[in-house]
Amino acid sequence: MTQRLAAAALVLAATAGSASAEKIKFEYWYGLTGDLGAVVAETCNRFNASQDQFEAVCVGQDGYEKAVQNTIAAFRAGKHPTLLQSFDAGTADLMLSGEFYPVTQLMADTGVTVDWTDYFPGIANYYSSKSGEFFSMPWNSSTPVYYFNKDHFAKAGITEAPVTWEGMEEAFKALKASGQACSLAYAPSSWIDLEQFSMAHNIPVASNNNGYDGLDTELLFNTTLHVQHMENIQRWITEGYALLRTQAAGKTSRDSFVEGECSVFFSSIADHNTIHKLTPAFGWDVQIIPTYEGVERHNTVVGGASLWVLAGKTEDEYKAAASYLAFLATKPEQQFLLENTGYIPVTKSTYEALLAEGFYAKAPYLNRDIAMKSLTYTEPTELTRGIRLGGMIQIRSEWQSEVEAALAGQKTMKEALDNAVSRGNDQLTRFAQTYAGKSFP
Amino acid sequence: MRRAYFKFSWIAAALLAPQLLIIFVFFYWPSAQALYWAFTLEQPWGGGNTWVGFDNFRNVLSDPYYWGSVRVSVIYALATTVLAMTMALTLAIFVDRQLSGYKAYRVAIIWPYAVAAPAVGLAFQFVFNPGAGIFSYINTIAPGWWDLSKYPWQAVTAIVVAGAWKQVAYSFVFFLAALQSIPRSLTEAAAMDGARPLRRMVDLQLPLLTPTFFFLLVINITDSFTDSFGIVDTLTGGGPFRATDLMVYKIYADGFRGFDYSGAAAQSIILMLLVMALTFVQFRYVEKRVHYT
Repeated sequence: MTQRLAAAALVLAATAGSASAEKIKFEYWYGLTGDLGAVVAETCNRFNASQDQFEAVCVGQDGYEKAVQNTIAAFRAGKHPTLLQSFDAGTADLMLSGEFYPVTQLMADTGVTVDWTDYFPGIANYYSSKSGEFFSMPWNSSTPVYYFNKDHFAKAGITEAPVTWEGMEEAFKALKASGQACSLAYAPSSWIDLEQFSMAHNIPVASNNNGYDGLDTELLFNTTLHVQHMENIQRWITEGYALLRTQAAGKTSRDSFVEGECSVFFSSIADHNTIHKLTPAFGWDVQIIPTYEGVERHNTVVGGASLWVLAGKTEDEYKAAASYLAFLATKPEQQFLLENTGYIPVTKSTYEALLAEGFYAKAPYLNRDIAMKSLTYTEPTELTRGIRLGGMIQIRSEWQSEVEAALAGQKTMKEALDNAVSRGNDQLTRFAQTYAGKSFP
Repeated sequence: MRRAYFKFSWIAAALLAPQLLIIFVFFYWPSAQALYWAFTLEQPWGGGNTWVGFDNFRNVLSDPYYWGSVRVSVIYALATTVLAMTMALTLAIFVDRQLSGYKAYRVAIIWPYAVAAPAVGLAFQFVFNPGAGIFSYINTIAPGWWDLSKYPWQAVTAIVVAGAWKQVAYSFVFFLAALQSIPRSLTEAAAMDGARPLRRMVDLQLPLLTPTFFFLLVINITDSFTDSFGIVDTLTGGGPFRATDLMVYKIYADGFRGFDYSGAAAQSIILMLLVMALTFVQFRYVEKRVHYT
C-alpha cells in the first residue's frame, strides 16, 4: 500500500515537473502601484496569453524606490528578478556597477529585431550610453506640463494659455483681477522646477555636461536662471498669486486644482488620465511648461521609468525577458498603456499611427500629445539629453528641504539653493569616491 | 554583593543554543557587518568597497543637520517617554481602583500596542492634517495657524503625541500588573490608618512601583529611539525642512532611499552607542533610587 502510494506520488511529481517545464518563466519586479500597478499586471497577463512559450511572473514592489531597494537586497543574495522597473534617479549606481544586460545587446543576442532609431531622441538619449546603446527599455514615459482651468482663464479674458513665464505672470494678474483668489497651486518639485526647467532653457544643472562626462561633477544650479525662477515663485506666493499646496500642508496641488481652488498646477502628463477620472466640474486643458522670454526653448526630457535587465540570469530567462520587452514595444501594447494611463508613446511610428487615427483629437486624450511637443521641441543638446548624477535621490531631497525652508521664510532662496548645492556636492564627492576610477558608460 | 556560581552543564548549553544562535544571526552578525561598512564606502550593487577609516564618522559628525537630528531625537525620546508613562500610570491607577467600566477599559487600552507604527502615523494624519483633519477646525477659527508643513514645533508635537499614544498601552499593562501585585493588606492597613486614596498612592503605591517604573523608563527610551520610524515616515516624512528628521529616519533615508550604505552604517553605530550610553546612565544613576523588595 505504502509502495503504491509512493509510486503515485512519484508519478504526480513527474507530471507536475513536466507541466511547469513547458513554459520558461522569468520574474519581473515593478514599482508602479494602485491603478497603474494593475495596468502592469495586466500587461503580464496579456503577454502570457499571447504565446505559450514564456511566462512572465510579475511582482509589484510598492513603489519605485522600494522596487530598487528590494532588488538590491535580492541581488546581493543572488535571488533577484530578471527584469526590474526602475525610475531614473535610482539607476546611477546600477549603471556604474555594470550588473545589467544592456537591452540593445540582449535583443541582438536573442535575435529579436528592434528598430532603435524609431524611438524619440529625447527618450532614447536618456536611456542609452554615449555610444547610443540602450541600457534599459523605455516604457512608461512622461514629461511635465501644466494644467489650467479653462473657465477661469476665459473669465479672466485669457485667450491663449501662456508659454512664457512673463505671460504666466500676466495671466496670474488677470486671474486675480477677475476675482480668482489663487492662480497657482504650487508644490516644490525638483524634477519640474529644477531638472526639466533647466532642460527647457538649455542651462546646466551640473558641470561635466550634467554629469555625463565624468564623476568629478559639481552642481551649478545656484548660478543659473533657476535661482531667479525660484525667487519669482517665492514672490508669487508672497504677492498672493500662488498658494503652497502639498500633502503635508493638507491638500495636494492636484486636489486644489481639481476642486477649482487654484487655476493652474504643474505636474507630469501622467496625471492627465487621473484628472480626467476625477471629473472636475469645469473645462480644463494642458499646456507646455513655460520658458523665460529671450531664451531659446529646448526639449524637455523623459520621466517615468524604464525596464532594466539584470545580470546573472540564465539564457532562457533572457530569451523570455527579451520576448516580453519586444511585446511591450508593439503598437497595440503601447496603445493599451496610453489608454489606461496618462503615459506617452515612446516610438515615432506608434505616435504617427495614433495621430493618423485621430487618437489625440478627442476626449479623453485631447491634447495629451502636448507632452510630445515638449519632448521633441529641439534635438537634444549636450545639456538637454538628461542628467547623470550619483546620489540623485539625496540631491533632490536636499533641494526640497532647502526650498521648503526658504518658502517658510527661514532663509533667502539664494542661501537655500547655495546650501543645497554645497550639500549635494558632498554627495557627489562621496559617490565619486565610492566608484573611484569608473565613469558612466 | 553576593555572586552566584553555576557549574557548566551540557544540557544548559544545549537549551541556550537556539536562543544564542538567533541573537547571533539577527544581532551580532548584522552589527558586525554594519561596523565593517561604517569604515568603508560600500557599493550598493556589490562590486567591492574602499576602506576609508573614520571618514564616514567625520562626515556625519561634522554635519550640522546631523546634530539637529540628534537633538530632535533626544527631545522626541524624552517627551514621548514622559507623556506615555504619565498617561499609562494615570489610566492604570483608574483601572486599579475599579472605576465603573474598568473591565472594558482594561482590554481597550491594550489594543493600541498591537497597531503597527505606520498605521498609527496614518491614523494621526487624520487627526493632524491641516486641511482635512480634526485639527483643521483650528484653521477655520484662525486660518493658517495649524500647518505641519510650516511650523517645526507643530510637526514635532504631532510625532510626539502619536509616538506616546502607541507606547501608552505597553506601559499600562506593566503598571497595572505592578499595582495589582501590591498586597491588598497594605492598602487596607493604610486606609484604616486614615490615608485617603491620593496619600496612599503617593506614599505607598508609587514607592512600590519604582522597579516597574525603572524598567519602563529604559524600555520606553530605547523604543522611542529605534521604533519611531513608521510614525515619522507616514506623518511628516522628516519635514518640514528636517525638523522631524529623527536619527533612525535619517538612517533609512540615507541608506535605503539614497543607497549610501556606508554613511547609514556609521549613523547606526552612533545610534547604537548613544542608546547604550543612555541605558548605562540609567542603570548607573537612576537604578540607585529603585528599591527592589
